[in-house]
Amino acid sequence: MSGYGKNVRKKKPYGNMIIMGILSIALYAALLLNQDVINNIFGKGGVYAFLPIITAFVFSYFHGAFTGSFWTVLGVEAAKKKREVK
Amino acid sequence: MQDVVQVVSNFISLDAVTIGYLFVVGFVGGLVSGFIGSGGAFVLTPAMMSLGVPGLVAVASNMCHKFPKALIGAVKRAKYGQVDVKLGVVLGISAEAGVLYGAHIQENIKKAFGDAGSNLYVSVAFVVILAVVGGFVLRDAWKTYRSGNTHEEEKATKLAKWVQSINIPGTMVYFKALNARISVLFTIPLGFATGMLAATIAVGGFIGVPSMIYVLGAPSLMASATELVIAFVMGLGGSFKYAMSGLVDIRLAMIILAGSLFGIQLGAIGTTYVKPFMIKVVMGVIMVIVLFSRGLMVPVYLSQLGLIQTLSEETVKILKTTSFAIMIAALLLGAFIVLRAMWQGRKAEKMQHSQDVLEHGKV
Repeated sequence: MSGYGKNVRKKKPYGNMIIMGILSIALYAALLLNQDVINNIFGKGGVYAFLPIITAFVFSYFHGAFTGSFWTVLGVEAAKKKREVK
Repeated sequence: MQDVVQVVSNFISLDAVTIGYLFVVGFVGGLVSGFIGSGGAFVLTPAMMSLGVPGLVAVASNMCHKFPKALIGAVKRAKYGQVDVKLGVVLGISAEAGVLYGAHIQENIKKAFGDAGSNLYVSVAFVVILAVVGGFVLRDAWKTYRSGNTHEEEKATKLAKWVQSINIPGTMVYFKALNARISVLFTIPLGFATGMLAATIAVGGFIGVPSMIYVLGAPSLMASATELVIAFVMGLGGSFKYAMSGLVDIRLAMIILAGSLFGIQLGAIGTTYVKPFMIKVVMGVIMVIVLFSRGLMVPVYLSQLGLIQTLSEETVKILKTTSFAIMIAALLLGAFIVLRAMWQGRKAEKMQHSQDVLEHGKV
């Protein structure tokens, strides 16, 4: 996708940004509102080590999709000509 | 278990200012990482510690934000065709071994010489490695700039050509980034050194990226993008290790991630607008400035170990503050260069587009 040229008419991902944004906010709200409980469980170590790892993947999926479409909506996109890399 | 309970009680309370601070530091760190493949971590750990987070929790939480960040960055840059997943995974696995060995050395030094000894070792490693590698990278970028060949495709170094010419049967693997078959035996020490540096100064990429460019012969853009895969592999293993001891403060990790995912996307987009040598410029500049920041701390640790005369409390405080400020300045300057290069690249593209439209008589 490109910011200029032939793709200018391409629809911007407003819907994706809004949905992913709401889901990201919900995840962060859930984390911060229950921080004591979460820290107690996640801090137990051992087999509970999977919890922070899974959390990181889940957050990065939703928030990553949100931030990606956020920049696209703002018009900040990769250069039209992809740089030749060997 | 006692230790774990102790650590849990050390999880700091968060307010809006703290959250805002971590978000911004995360954003700037992410921007730089998206561009040069790593960096940012050296500021995040001290930034968390300045909020009262215990050292190990800061290291663990930093690592737990690093691997998802690197993953998103790698996915983004893979879309631009810049990532060599195979090279990243191969280097990442040996880097993991390097991390474990590096952490083991750290523990032994700490046991033998205490905290000051361990800090001195970290600072000296910073200064020596950043001086040698950072100086080399910056010199190379400067030479490219002076020669006026900034548009030309990068040429592999003599060393890289030699590495690519060696044939060790049974160990040869084709790597897309190098467009050549090389022996994986060469990748092992490079990955190991990257991991050791990551365990020591938190930024393995300062060895990983230059070694992919100069020793293996990868183009700068592919090297910095592939470093994100290495960071993901290393960060995932490291986070799990720390999480097993209950040291990850998931709130801190996720708040930093909130900022850094905005940053890493922008940094990754930035790479499509710049000439490849800019990767070297940003990396070299950050490395050389950070070197001074850590260099300032060497006398502090030397005096704590009684190797030089004791410094006054006031002097120590000034040195510490200045060192931290220089570190932040290094990161901000890196971010500034990235944004400026991106801005200019976008402007040039816009002008080119207007010209094309005019030439084709579409207006």
